[in-house]
Amino acid sequence: MKDSGRYEPYSYFQLMEVSLRELLVEKGVVTEDAIAGAMAAMRARGPERGAAMVAHAWLDPAYKARMLANGTAAAEELGFEVPGLRLIVVENAPGTHNVIVCTLCSCYPRMLLGMPPEWYKSRPYRSRVVREPRKVLGEFGLKVAAKVRIRVHDSNADMRYMVLPMRPAGTDGWSEERLASLVTRDSLIGVAVPVLPKKPKTRKS
Amino acid sequence: MADARYRTGDSVRVRKAAPLGHVRTPFYIRGHAGVVERVCGAFPNPEELAQQRDGLPAQPLYRVRFRQKDVWPGYRGSAADVIEIEIFQHWIEE
Repeated sequence: MKDSGRYEPYSYFQLMEVSLRELLVEKGVVTEDAIAGAMAAMRARGPERGAAMVAHAWLDPAYKARMLANGTAAAEELGFEVPGLRLIVVENAPGTHNVIVCTLCSCYPRMLLGMPPEWYKSRPYRSRVVREPRKVLGEFGLKVAAKVRIRVHDSNADMRYMVLPMRPAGTDGWSEERLASLVTRDSLIGVAVPVLPKKPKTRKS
Repeated sequence: MADARYRTGDSVRVRKAAPLGHVRTPFYIRGHAGVVERVCGAFPNPEELAQQRDGLPAQPLYRVRFRQKDVWPGYRGSAADVIEIEIFQHWIEE
């Protein structure tokens, strides 16, 4: 938030949060340190867990099948704690591209992908990607061929979603860790696909 | 828990209604017809939860698949494009 230097009173919900937090600390239910620690951990979390699941699925077809059947169990199988999360993983294929949105607010599998980007929470993304997905994806630099079916998933109620992107060609023999490094946050939301890092141009001598 | 009345593959239509409150069925999908993609289980009714009530009996929740061409007039894109969204059973027309 921009500091305008002017005094601004708390909003209703800010006041509620502060009051509740102070009460919980006062009564010894939690400590200030525990709250600060939880907030720091949440801010520090990125998409690494989701990327690890994808790389594992690329290398293990049986795991992939389990992941598509039950995303939550697949996260727990890799040792990720995801209390309360009900995850559905949707698979990209040569003829299908998936993209995730929450039109009503900003639902997002934070336990696996970290905090959602600002654009994911913005009204333009939420209102436009449902009705003109190809145009919006194009603005992200992702051109989806006309013959490819687009599945838009509105995360509007109790489920959370993650895209299983296609493994890029040219990655044969790669380790799981190296594969995971290709899986970006945006490719897990479906506004991008994993690509190989560009090779530096070699000059002809 | 209310019994699930629909199964994967069933054709359903979303109620066209505009009640006040914390409704998780977006306006854009109300009144449209689609096909159940999967049954997600049953969850407390969010409209009741928002009023500090228990939301029970839990309502079956479905993922329903709609053709984009049916949802948006003048939709530009493949006729195969779809939007999939979660619909509680009490939002499905009898």
